[in-house]
Amino acid sequence: MKVWKSVLVATAFALSAGTANAARTDLVLGVVLEPPHLDPTAGAAAAIDEVVYANVFEGLTRIGSGGEVLPALAESWEISDDGKVYTFTLHEGVKFHDGTDLTAEDVVFSLDRARADDSTNAQKPLFAAIASVEAVDALTVRVTLNNPQGSFLYNMGWGDAVIVAEESAEGNKENPVGTGPFKFENWAKGSSITIVKNPDYWGEPVALEKAEFRIIPDAAAAIPALLSGDVQAFANMPAGDALSQIQSDPRFEVVIGSTEGETILSTNNKRAPFDNLKVRQAIAHALNREEIIAGNGSGLGTPIGTHFSPGNSAYVDLTGTYPFDPEKAKALLAEAGFPNGFDATIKLPPPPYARDGGQVVASQLRNVGINLEIIPVEWADWLEQVFRGKDYDLSIVSHTEPNDIGIYARKDYYFQYDNPEFDAVIAELDVASDEAVRTELYQKAQRILAEDAVNGFMFQLPKVGVWDAALEGMWENSPVQATDLTGVYWTE
Amino acid sequence: MAAFILKRLAIGLATLVLASIVVFSVMEILPGDPALLMLGMNATDEALAVLRNQMGLNDPVHLRYLAWVAGMLVGDFGNSYTYSTPVIELIGERAVVSLPLATISLALSTLIAIPVGMFAAARRGRIADTSVMGVTQLGVAIPNFWFALLLIYVFAVWLRLVPAGGFPGWGGGVWPGIRSLFLPAVALALPQAAILARVTRSAMLEVLGEDYIRTARAKGMPRRIVLWRHALRNAMIPVLTIMGLQFAFLLAGTIIIENVFYLPGLGRLVFQAITQRDLIVVEGVVMLLVASVVIVNLAVDLTYALVDPRLRSRA
Amino acid sequence: MTVETHLPDAQRHWLRLALANRSFLTGLIITALIAAMALISFVWTPYDVTNLVVADRMKGLSAQHWFGTDHFGRDIFSMIMVGSRNSIAVAFVAVGIGMGIGVPLGCWAAARGGLVDEALMRFNDLVFAFPALLSAVMITAIFGPGAVNAIIAIGIFNVPVFARVARAGALALWPREYILAARAAGKGKALITVEHILPNIASMLLVQGTIQFALGILAEAGLSYLGLGAQPPMPSWGRMLFDAQTRMMVAPHLAIFPGLAIVITVLGLNLLGDGLRDVLDPRLRRER
Repeated sequence: MKVWKSVLVATAFALSAGTANAARTDLVLGVVLEPPHLDPTAGAAAAIDEVVYANVFEGLTRIGSGGEVLPALAESWEISDDGKVYTFTLHEGVKFHDGTDLTAEDVVFSLDRARADDSTNAQKPLFAAIASVEAVDALTVRVTLNNPQGSFLYNMGWGDAVIVAEESAEGNKENPVGTGPFKFENWAKGSSITIVKNPDYWGEPVALEKAEFRIIPDAAAAIPALLSGDVQAFANMPAGDALSQIQSDPRFEVVIGSTEGETILSTNNKRAPFDNLKVRQAIAHALNREEIIAGNGSGLGTPIGTHFSPGNSAYVDLTGTYPFDPEKAKALLAEAGFPNGFDATIKLPPPPYARDGGQVVASQLRNVGINLEIIPVEWADWLEQVFRGKDYDLSIVSHTEPNDIGIYARKDYYFQYDNPEFDAVIAELDVASDEAVRTELYQKAQRILAEDAVNGFMFQLPKVGVWDAALEGMWENSPVQATDLTGVYWTE
Repeated sequence: MAAFILKRLAIGLATLVLASIVVFSVMEILPGDPALLMLGMNATDEALAVLRNQMGLNDPVHLRYLAWVAGMLVGDFGNSYTYSTPVIELIGERAVVSLPLATISLALSTLIAIPVGMFAAARRGRIADTSVMGVTQLGVAIPNFWFALLLIYVFAVWLRLVPAGGFPGWGGGVWPGIRSLFLPAVALALPQAAILARVTRSAMLEVLGEDYIRTARAKGMPRRIVLWRHALRNAMIPVLTIMGLQFAFLLAGTIIIENVFYLPGLGRLVFQAITQRDLIVVEGVVMLLVASVVIVNLAVDLTYALVDPRLRSRA
Repeated sequence: MTVETHLPDAQRHWLRLALANRSFLTGLIITALIAAMALISFVWTPYDVTNLVVADRMKGLSAQHWFGTDHFGRDIFSMIMVGSRNSIAVAFVAVGIGMGIGVPLGCWAAARGGLVDEALMRFNDLVFAFPALLSAVMITAIFGPGAVNAIIAIGIFNVPVFARVARAGALALWPREYILAARAAGKGKALITVEHILPNIASMLLVQGTIQFALGILAEAGLSYLGLGAQPPMPSWGRMLFDAQTRMMVAPHLAIFPGLAIVITVLGLNLLGDGLRDVLDPRLRRER
């Protein structure tokens, strides 16, 4: 009885909403992961940025929906001729949510805090090039770099580089105080996070009055929540095999976009037999990307042949470098001294792309004689054993940081890849600021990685955006981990 | 009587102390560094060292144990590593889901099981009895999470009567909350009801065979009165024992069921905390669950003494 | 009911009783079928469960695939066959651990009494105070998920169960006349336990063992469902249910068959246990 009543009420509401012209101003979004806390400057979790980036916190610059660098708190900047000194001019009249004014001192504090010795910022390398930060006047900040850095403005657009106030910085984990168009309102742990419109916002006011991020970790719960209207949008929906059902429903808009998540078969390049190029080439030939993608639920995802996002203009399609060819793989293994294959382990973190994808990979490698023992690990163990301990043969991880090809030049990185030729390319990239030159260098770097078969390059993680057809302004791609709600509005 | 209560209390206390040592030691050998997990993939060594110090992970083991126990005694369970809020607050937020869930399930299971068990006992050997027992046999064999999946499919996906998962919180009123807890409670309760019904039936049969019942019936006392007033009272001991055990089971059973329905309850909290290596949360929740089991068992023991005066002199 | 006097007759009588007991017979047949399925799976399954045929994923029921295929295109019927091995092995070893440790402990406590007995009871209190599933989750979290650790986790909780049954049974026997006589004849407690106590509590233990076996299968399914039991590529019923959950809307058969397999197996074992108790325990038999 009650149920019918609520159906009637909902219908009546829908009808009245259709006649009246006032559009809705509230939104419930589903998110897969609950953030551990809400301070993007003190944690790597993508879930933090997915709630607060651009909504609650802003940096000097910001990344737009196409991955471009846009001005944010800094309305303009000047770069010295030697590329070492950046002078930012801040917007006037910017207030933090607690009512205090944003000044150059806050920028100095935020950047110094992020790069300090005792900083717990998860992306300290972003700030490594900074030599000094000083406030010229109340609205002018001068940042001096040790050496020119082509990606500096992009780096300042990361969630880890947002500007916070000294008075509220410590409390940001629980009660984030930023400058954004939304204010934090409430966090029901394990359940939802609510943000509301900031009436004193310095920039263009947002259309939504209230947005709730509801934590829904799995397809089994996500789909009914969407169908029942409890949740009206998923920036990235764990739809899995049920996606076809949603796509055929006219109430919803389904947009398959791309992410920065290169999903790769991480390989320990210093551990035998993976230190042998022939073995890595054999693995590359043994992988059937189409099958891996199909076995991964909705069958979406773009095959990649190197560690670079297909959405990036500098991307080169290198999937043909070592095409799927089991016979060739067996021959290469025999050449490498393993005519009968060998045994190895694969450590798989919890996401379905790893746990499900790992089974398909194991089956494909078994077909060429490599027997993998599957070891599932929690993220904590993965970080400790694989990432820091480098105690692994193979693993599957999606590297979701944007534009992160530079990790292959890090000597302590868990791939244990070491190629001076590649390092030279990255070093050049670090100082190059001409777009054409940068593109050429990026492509060179991609080719080296593909030919060296450093890792098994599998596919780019898809972004399955699903939202109510009446909702406009959601991002189609995720050049950064964010759910930018600043341009989102209801059409009815 | 006093000696009996004192002894049970002492045993309960000793169990709690032992349990705290077990829980603490177990958490000590759990692999994974919580500081590393908090900072993620690109954390630097200095940042890690700073954070470990802040979290007190560098203190000696016995000091940390004593500090933990002393804190718990005054209601301070420490701060969660991942949420950086007091554990007791987290527990409070989650308990408002798990406790109603366990209570509704226990109530449902008792309300179904005891009449069914008595009904079967009263009709021993007849078709009604055998079919009821057949159904309970099936109920005992069904894994509650599978039953939950079937319930979701029928009531949430197909009929769309109730949500398939998630919890809207009590802020929006009692009804949406109860609606979300309905399927999980049924899924938890039915297999338990099957066990309880079987126990009730056999306890009743045992009692019904005793002389005083036959005498009462022979004196012409109505069957219903004999059944409800005399027999049930005396059959309560095994039934209570099972209910005490079931309460513990229900609290732990919420781990699976809360995972099936994505309810932000204690079970899900502890499950997540284990995978996130949020040791202090795990320790707190487990100790709380253990304490509630000990208290419930103590209460059951004391109820024995009330229900069966013969037990008072023993102990 | 006539009293049997000759041994061969007594045996025949037992058999007749057993076969006349519907619970026992049904349980025995179901259990035997499941066991046979597990054994056959070692030599033959309709399809190779380690071979993924992604192109054939999530096909419905057909003549080729009786129970359909899963999300990797594996034959579900074959997976259920192979999965039974895992369920049976985990539950069997877990019961073995429980009996192997619990029964000697219980007998020892009954024979010695006093401090030993008290210590055992306190140990039981302690283990019972931990919700079993919670502890199993903790144990598998420490040692990593996997069938072996699932066995240990389930086995630990079987120990106090068997200890309690053995202790209660033994305590009831010690004051018996023939035991007293044996003691008077100078036999040691250990010898008496082996010669007289164990044979007499064996039937109780067998019944309890069957019940714990069924509970073990349920527990294993629960742990595997949480991702803590048997790991892929080894098929396991609980794991299959986990994989089915997100795909149930498009392919309900993924969830139905593994669940039925669990229910039928547990049902069979419970019926067998009930039947065994009826047949082996004359006191209960009279009450029925």
